[in-house]
Amino acid sequence: MTDSIREIRLGLAAGEFSSVEITQDYLNKINLHNPTLNCFITITDELALEQAKAADESIARGEIKTLTGVPIAHKDIYCTDGIKTSCASKMLDNFIAPYDATVIEHFKRDGAVILGKTNMDEFAMGSSNENSYYGSVANPWDLGRVPGGSSGGSASAVAAGLAPAATGTDTGGSIRQPAALCGITGIKPTYGRVSRYGMIAFGSSLDQGGPLAHSAEDCALLLQTMAGFDPRDSTSIDQSVPDYSVDLAQDIEGIKIGLPREYFAEGLDADIANVIASAVDEFRRLGAEIVDITLPNTKLSIPVYYVVAPAECSSNLSRFDGVRFGYRCDNPTDLEDLYKRSRGEGFGDEVIRRIMIGTYALSAGYYDAYYLKAQQLRRLIKEDYEKAFERVDMILCPTTPEVAFKQGEKTDDPVSMYLQDIYTISLNLAGLPGMSIPAGFSQGLPVGLQLIGNYFEESRLLNVAHRFQQATDWHLQSPEMK
Amino acid sequence: MSLKKEAVRKIAHLARLQIDESDLDRYATDLSNILTLFEQMNQVDASDIVPMAHPMDATQRLRPDEVTELDQRDKFQAIAPDVNRGLYRVPKVIE
Repeated sequence: MTDSIREIRLGLAAGEFSSVEITQDYLNKINLHNPTLNCFITITDELALEQAKAADESIARGEIKTLTGVPIAHKDIYCTDGIKTSCASKMLDNFIAPYDATVIEHFKRDGAVILGKTNMDEFAMGSSNENSYYGSVANPWDLGRVPGGSSGGSASAVAAGLAPAATGTDTGGSIRQPAALCGITGIKPTYGRVSRYGMIAFGSSLDQGGPLAHSAEDCALLLQTMAGFDPRDSTSIDQSVPDYSVDLAQDIEGIKIGLPREYFAEGLDADIANVIASAVDEFRRLGAEIVDITLPNTKLSIPVYYVVAPAECSSNLSRFDGVRFGYRCDNPTDLEDLYKRSRGEGFGDEVIRRIMIGTYALSAGYYDAYYLKAQQLRRLIKEDYEKAFERVDMILCPTTPEVAFKQGEKTDDPVSMYLQDIYTISLNLAGLPGMSIPAGFSQGLPVGLQLIGNYFEESRLLNVAHRFQQATDWHLQSPEMK
Repeated sequence: MSLKKEAVRKIAHLARLQIDESDLDRYATDLSNILTLFEQMNQVDASDIVPMAHPMDATQRLRPDEVTELDQRDKFQAIAPDVNRGLYRVPKVIE
């Protein structure tokens, strides 16, 4: 049994196993380990086996698309027609999506099988997956620790071998940070590359979907399915999608990789610094030229992000009013009571905090001091990157300042949780693509390395990550599941 | 920056959120800590910088004014909390 999508495709095409067999095998593992890990909110076993059977019939007829018969899990933020899509919120506990997100439509088009919907931080707000209405998710490397967030269920499921790959979304690091903490590979594409249609909105100018899998090679295949212009998403970019797999093995001799000195400063765990230094040596051996660069406004990215994201969230989440879908409180006395209690009872703590912060930052008298100022500083952060990319082809840094932390360790202090996002959020503010790949271990826990590319350079990122993964075996390590 | 209970009550009203009286202190502390974090933005003078709303500075795309959606009222109302004869029911608004 393999968790490599490339090998699953080859095995299916050669008739070594059927899609029904491999799907059943993953469902068995999910049933065995989900009670401990809690990485799935919904297991779509009947649908999965039905799709697998149809895939086997297609394969028998010789009709094989890019992902025919390959089982995939989806973050419960993607609307899936006829399937509960909760966003890990009590607000949407009863929500059966009446349509497919474009991403789901693409996976169906390319023949993939849906294993189920994965757990996450409520409305994708969080860095530990402890903000879920359905309970926290365990990290398969140490069950007492968090898997990261917000795509924590997706990362935990892939790392534990309950799915060969899963979709995620990334507003401030929600693909890369859990990929790092669970020892897998994840890519956040350029803003506008993957359609946001049917992906429940959090911060509309920041949100971007992407895959989590075991290797850059598998991420290339999955991104191929996910990416593309979509007229139904007004911020989707109308640009053709390259073949992400064709340049994977290309030589990286002479590539200029920048190390931003602000990312290796105070606050970075010493073990992580060592792991990243070894990885940098590996890139040197592969022919990369390492360049010292500076991103002077890095520190501003935390306050800027925590103004912009909550402001957008307070606006996006105003649609949850207890009238048309989702949770409604019992016996409302009047319309205002219906709104207030449906929202107050339907949203969890962190979502309420962010709606309130966003409402405050957008309110009369405070708009200029907070929201406008943040949007101005956001441009400074973007310009830092533009200057850096005049000198280098790619940027390398740690994905997180610490390895997976213990459950409950940061839940009482929202600000200390926000500081975990220091290395990931500036990319979302700038709209740049980035990925996290496993680079080693610290005290038995995975360490993630982040690669940041220029706009629409996903191919180059995947190429550089793939070359690293050909030279190392960190991405092949997996936790022991009892 | 510190927010008083009364300010939290007002923000909650603006956001149409029912907050238990007993939770107001906790939210006041959390929100005040977050606002303190925002004070770092004051270290930089950004008055000359054009605010950035979109990473690619893209403008809104227009499309031909054509019907693209079909009527799916029954499907959409099947998941509504309370409907009657094709209408969403809410408490009486006008006396």
